[in-house]
Amino acid sequence: MSTSASRGEIAILGTGLAGMGHAGGATEQEIIAQAASAAIERSGLRKSDIDGIITSSLTSPWWVMRMAEYLGIRPRFSDSTMFGGSAFIADLKIAQMAIAAGECENVLICYGSTPRSVPSSSRLNQMRAELDPQPYEHPYKAFNPVSSYSLAAARHMYEYGTTRQQLAEVAVAARKWAQLNPDAFVKKPLTVDEVINAKMISDPLTVLDCCLVTDGAGAIVVTSSQRAKSLHRKPIYVLGSGFAHWHRQISCMEDLTITPAVESGRKAFDQAGLTPADVDVVELYDAFTINPILFLEDLGFCKKGEGGAFIEGGRIEPGGEFPMNTNGGGLSCVHPGMYSIFLIIEAVTQLRAEAHARQVHGAEVALVHGNGGVLSSQATAILSSAL
Amino acid sequence: MNESSIKPADAPQSMTVKAHDKRYFDALAQGVFEIPQCRDCQKFHFFPRVCCPYCGSQALQWVAPSGKGIVYSVTIVRARQGDDYTVVLVDLEEGPRLMSRVVDMPVEDVKIGMPVLARIDQTEDGPLLVFTAAGEQS
Repeated sequence: MSTSASRGEIAILGTGLAGMGHAGGATEQEIIAQAASAAIERSGLRKSDIDGIITSSLTSPWWVMRMAEYLGIRPRFSDSTMFGGSAFIADLKIAQMAIAAGECENVLICYGSTPRSVPSSSRLNQMRAELDPQPYEHPYKAFNPVSSYSLAAARHMYEYGTTRQQLAEVAVAARKWAQLNPDAFVKKPLTVDEVINAKMISDPLTVLDCCLVTDGAGAIVVTSSQRAKSLHRKPIYVLGSGFAHWHRQISCMEDLTITPAVESGRKAFDQAGLTPADVDVVELYDAFTINPILFLEDLGFCKKGEGGAFIEGGRIEPGGEFPMNTNGGGLSCVHPGMYSIFLIIEAVTQLRAEAHARQVHGAEVALVHGNGGVLSSQATAILSSAL
Repeated sequence: MNESSIKPADAPQSMTVKAHDKRYFDALAQGVFEIPQCRDCQKFHFFPRVCCPYCGSQALQWVAPSGKGIVYSVTIVRARQGDDYTVVLVDLEEGPRLMSRVVDMPVEDVKIGMPVLARIDQTEDGPLLVFTAAGEQS
């Protein structure tokens, strides 16, 4: 496999978390600023060194300007492309291109939200729907986003014989990892039967197949790999990344069992010059239990249709041979609307061997994969502790 | 675009239903189910657009499809109030896929691969394209 000239151009320095679980009345801007402040400090930088900022919001189209204003940053480069939950992994590619082009040196990527302490009012949900109209789906009153993922799960079960048991195992494994993570929101023991017999939301997915709704903010700082070595003891290199989107609405998805992760994963692996066999730990956006099964297939960890069998029998649990979603995932750790910033931060923690009880021993290469919309946008990055 | 004989309804246009959508929903309100077909590449598409998503052409015409389709996927929404209902994706015989609902049968009996037939229901929220089981048809 040939290696791209842009392989490993940027590295992640400091990371920060804030307001995890329940932010106790703090606003979105406040917890994002706390996470950003921590990330900048741990990067060996001062705020005045940050000359690029990337962030996005489920609510405000002005978000990057509001956050830059709040933080007191006049960025040379900024971006706020709305990819949904995959955004912050896609942002690694945007940051890489901006840094390589000489537009900026040190980019802050940040996100946070408080849907747990300040639940969206029905008025706000109505406004969001009005601003992103889907008049050909809306009349059928799908319980979205769950119903859209249920349609994908049902089709995967129909075509490949994926079982309810296998879906439930994804949630059970996530809970077991969460029990090892002090930052995780839900740690109560969970069984396959409890997942299957929980309240059905939109068949075949129950409430325990769905991610949490929590508060939380995360931030990272990236810079050129060249500069990173002098700034941080353990820079984490972004060897490759890629993103893709093929549809917005589930009715416009061509094959409900094949996501744009096929494309984002290929781009990331090609740039990194690696294959799935080189990956030690994976962090996949588990908004719903069907998601990791689809992504493992699309990213090439197993063949199409074999994702259910791949995760079976405790393989993805702590101590299993395929460590996955080691923070407890969106299912059991944290999920403030958009989640992918937390995938990056968990991978960095693992690659720095700072994950304590949940540490994957000898982890040198991590894959992070984000999902947005209704399987609409996908973003993948390959991270490593060495170039 | 062939405007045919569909007359616009007098109701004010809601924010979520723009001009081109209005043509589709006005037809449904008059009991007519039509979808756009490209006169250049001949492909049908859905949802309706002002240019063909396959070849980009603006030479489109509205055509009544056969109404026959196959259920591509199904979920049952467990309603907080009232009866449970299905949300399905249906592949029309002409090619396009659309979201809809299969009615007039128990929700648990709606299955992937089922042949279905389109029907327009006039509801209090406006006209709604739904499907019913097509039975033993080939």
